[in-house]
Amino acid sequence: MSEIEPLLEVRNLVVARGGSRVLQIPSFVLQANETVALIGPNGTGKSSFLLALAGLLPLESGEIFFRQQAIVPGYASTEYRRMLAMVFQEPLLFDTTVFDNVAVGLKLRHLGSREINERVIACLDRFRIAHLAERSARKLSGGEAQRTSLARAFATNPEIILLDEPFVALDPPARQALSDDLEKVLRESGTAAILTTHDQMDALRLADRMVVMQQGRIVQSGTPSSVNNQPANEFVATFVGMENIFTGTVTEADNGLFSVSVSGQSMEIMGDGVPQESVVICIRPEHVVISLTNPEATTSARNIFPCTVCKIVQLGLFTKIYLDCGFSLVASITNQSLESLELQSGSRVFASFKATAVHVFRKG
Amino acid sequence: MGLFVEGISKAWSLIVSLDAEVLAVTLLSLKISCSATFASLVIGIPAGVFLALSDFPGRRLVISLVNTGMGLPPVVVGLFVTLFLWRNGPLGFLEILYTPSAMVLAQAVIATPIVTGITVASIQNLPANLKLQVQALGATRLQTVWILVREARLPLLAAVMAGFGGVISEVGASIMVGGNIKGQTRVLTTATVMETGKGNFDVAIALSLILLVLAFSVNYLLTVIQQRERPR
Repeated sequence: MSEIEPLLEVRNLVVARGGSRVLQIPSFVLQANETVALIGPNGTGKSSFLLALAGLLPLESGEIFFRQQAIVPGYASTEYRRMLAMVFQEPLLFDTTVFDNVAVGLKLRHLGSREINERVIACLDRFRIAHLAERSARKLSGGEAQRTSLARAFATNPEIILLDEPFVALDPPARQALSDDLEKVLRESGTAAILTTHDQMDALRLADRMVVMQQGRIVQSGTPSSVNNQPANEFVATFVGMENIFTGTVTEADNGLFSVSVSGQSMEIMGDGVPQESVVICIRPEHVVISLTNPEATTSARNIFPCTVCKIVQLGLFTKIYLDCGFSLVASITNQSLESLELQSGSRVFASFKATAVHVFRKG
Repeated sequence: MGLFVEGISKAWSLIVSLDAEVLAVTLLSLKISCSATFASLVIGIPAGVFLALSDFPGRRLVISLVNTGMGLPPVVVGLFVTLFLWRNGPLGFLEILYTPSAMVLAQAVIATPIVTGITVASIQNLPANLKLQVQALGATRLQTVWILVREARLPLLAAVMAGFGGVISEVGASIMVGGNIKGQTRVLTTATVMETGKGNFDVAIALSLILLVLAFSVNYLLTVIQQRERPR
């Protein structure tokens, strides 16, 4: 076999908790050095999936293989669990000093005190908490505590690190700083990682691959850009921020281009369509361009609609413009554009987007 | 009021003169209650940890029974221990009724549910995912239990205090299974009951004061440890 041997492989995994099935994963593979982001709304089974992969949940059926060796969940898998590390949403530190917290995993492995010392100090440095070594874990800020938790996980030099929403309880500056450091540590250590998040930005920054989960199942897996631009279904489209989702009917198809009627308006889309077929089309708000005059002469965009600005919502660096074009359309523009266009509620504008910017999936 | 003041002053002289009988009674009280508390810790902490961490059918029922047992009336314990240790009883062959051993047994029966119940609560009060975190760090079953008990050490001190407090002060079971025999099974509580009955209020007050000081000292010591370790 020329294929690279996966580090971790899941086959037909079914996990039940509290009497109901929370996970059904027919297959999942993690390669060495890969960082995978599991995304999905709360309660969709992301944390259960990580716990199952960590050998901490009993499986109703299916198997998990680590380097092609099947693992048995529970205490029987201590050897396997020692090749992994997991960081939870809350830091879950022990009631002792930062140094001793980071040393716990190494002490459980009965390493010598000199090696423990060296590894703990190195890890404290990596997460920039060496100055806190002797501080009680109870006297740390949220960010410092989560850094300690990460240092404790990395101290054991795991082959795989499982991160369950590690930034969720942090304020934005702490979150950003920790995310930067984690990215660096992951890159330098080459540790394979699976990260759960419901924040797409974390996924985009840290992950090589994005896996979208819905109700205990994987609904899409691919590079962050493919998941963002070609969502597999309406759920994924909504989750990755495709705010413009319309149902329409294909009216005509010709030579790799087809037209779809949406609320009486016709949109041209790149791809193959079958006339009379009902389709769902989505457009990312950032792919919609707003201009004050009809851009027909200056743009290659095939879809141009005169519209009225209904609402303007400023969100940090970007602004969302809600438009009425006979159908509702959302555009995301920079604040500079907002200023130069002098938009306000009621402004008459033109919205345009390219035939290639539209993603289509069959209704089913 | 005069009786009370007179009692206190007599009590004080009994204490400072290290009255032999009072000293013997005090030492026996300590010996019996410490042994019973130790036995209840040896049984109650592992039982409590097991109940807190395991999952088996009927677990809730067992925990409810333990919680009920935390308020066992000492006289009921005394009655049943007496029946068990009676010549024809199931444990009659031990021939320990009316000995300090019987008192240790009865007091351990009183303290064990208290220690078990507080242990269950202490372990269950740890963060929900802490056990999973410990396992995820690569701990074996034994290492997991050890770390969790260590994390619950401060509330577990409460178990020690409650267990000791429960037995040093009880009188019903001690009098029933010990018999308050002078020089053999007479402890502070049983002696206080007897001296009060005889109208020797001064001795009774002296014994009560010693009992209070003992209970206070042990609890003070444990509280100091608990508060010193307490975060912030």
